[in-house]
Amino acid sequence: MSSHWHHFRVWRGDADGGELVDYPVEVNEGEVVLDIIHRLQQTEAQDLAVRWNCKAGKCGSCSAEINGRPRLMCMTRMSTFADDEVVTVTPLRTFPVIRDLVTDVGFNYVKAREVPSFEPPPGLAPGEYRMQQVDVERSQEFRKCIECYLCQNTCHVVRDHEENKPAFAGPRYLMRVAELEMHPLDVADRRSDVQDDLGLGYCNITKCCTEVCPEHIKITDNALIPMKERVVDRRFDPLVWLGDKIFRRTGS
Amino acid sequence: MGLAEVSTETGAGRAEIAARTLRTDRWWRLPLIQAVLLTVLLGYVVVRLFLRRDYFVAEYNYLTPLYSPCISTSCTPGSAHFGTIFGDLPVWIPLPIIVFPILLGFRGTCYYYRKAVYRSILQSPTACAVREPAARYSGESRFPFNLMNFHRYFFYLASLLLLINTYDAVLAFFPPGGFGFGLGSLILVANVVLLWGYTLSCHACRHIVGGKLKHFSRHPLRYAMWNRISGLNALHMQFAWASLVSVTLTDVYIMAVAAGWIADLRIVG
Repeated sequence: MSSHWHHFRVWRGDADGGELVDYPVEVNEGEVVLDIIHRLQQTEAQDLAVRWNCKAGKCGSCSAEINGRPRLMCMTRMSTFADDEVVTVTPLRTFPVIRDLVTDVGFNYVKAREVPSFEPPPGLAPGEYRMQQVDVERSQEFRKCIECYLCQNTCHVVRDHEENKPAFAGPRYLMRVAELEMHPLDVADRRSDVQDDLGLGYCNITKCCTEVCPEHIKITDNALIPMKERVVDRRFDPLVWLGDKIFRRTGS
Repeated sequence: MGLAEVSTETGAGRAEIAARTLRTDRWWRLPLIQAVLLTVLLGYVVVRLFLRRDYFVAEYNYLTPLYSPCISTSCTPGSAHFGTIFGDLPVWIPLPIIVFPILLGFRGTCYYYRKAVYRSILQSPTACAVREPAARYSGESRFPFNLMNFHRYFFYLASLLLLINTYDAVLAFFPPGGFGFGLGSLILVANVVLLWGYTLSCHACRHIVGGKLKHFSRHPLRYAMWNRISGLNALHMQFAWASLVSVTLTDVYIMAVAAGWIADLRIVG
């Protein structure tokens, strides 16, 4: 098994300040960035704080920015870097830092609670839900989310504008609204909430959320744009309005 | 914990990193290419609209899509396939006074072009994880960008124009004197195929055809159509660029033939 020494730069510090610290570190064939961070913990930087769990790209814990790109550390192979390339690892920029590579992602839990819950038809009890696969598969794509918050971190609406945080839920939770809106048994009309309370209008569909999603969920094409179109149905389209009146449609 | 406790101040508690981005790849390259392409192609179209000449080849029934339909009495004789609605237009008003705003509106509010323009022209953001220069941002929640929600209107109108473009392409096979076609006819057909690809793959089309439904199982035909459109939708960016370039090249070819710079390569007739 071959190995070589690699130049790492890791952000060290807390909310009061910090800096990029240089480390030479041994890299073995087949390793990922998280392995190298662990090696640093075992050797030169034993107090380095890092959040991690499954090492398999399924828990969403080890989100960080590697050479400026939001990634999961456990899914970023060292073989993607040239041997002489400096690898810079920093914490997620959008959230308050706790220490080193660990951030406070509480913003996301607050936003999760702002999304109105699933609302089944009146009189239908749990256990009586019956759905066809063809009706649920759109929502199932969104259930692949591992809550890594890379999309929330990358979205420039809050990444570059802290002041937008109260008004904007972020792509992960706008996708949650889309999941419910497309759910065959959900009867709530979420089109006004998503526009007025969760800030869908802030999204300018530049697709960074889709680019960073480690689960390859088509967040923009399959969730955000369909939600924008549903808002248009309700607020901007006279033909749909006329059709609803003529055919007395209430839902399809 | 309320949101106020999470953070409401600018940069509250974030890691202090002064660099605009730590990305080491050439993240500026694609937005730069897009900005140049969009500027060149839009600039060409605007100049062309004011030229008012060499847009119709009467001998072969070639009408450039930029001037179709031509509906003014100022149009070159024979080019007004659908009659004239306007009388003579002063020279400072382009002949495609109806067509151009529709095409510009359709492309300008298109979900793909929005991404391209926001990134390459408005720098909002230039690339992912690269700090945008604007101090404030409200996206499409306020005027004027909330007008992007009118994409669907432009989709309806542009679809009507595309039917006319299709008719023009068919006419290019029936020049005065009977059936016949040349390279120009084939270019017009290829252009129309790409335009249909772009229009049908539109996100608004995908939504109208079936995306808005809650229960696909109750609408099997629309579900099948939605599936097809979804397949095309994945290629929307490719169709957007290919059709923009094809419209331009079609216009260049017809202008060259109409001006007598080149002769049309006739295949039949």
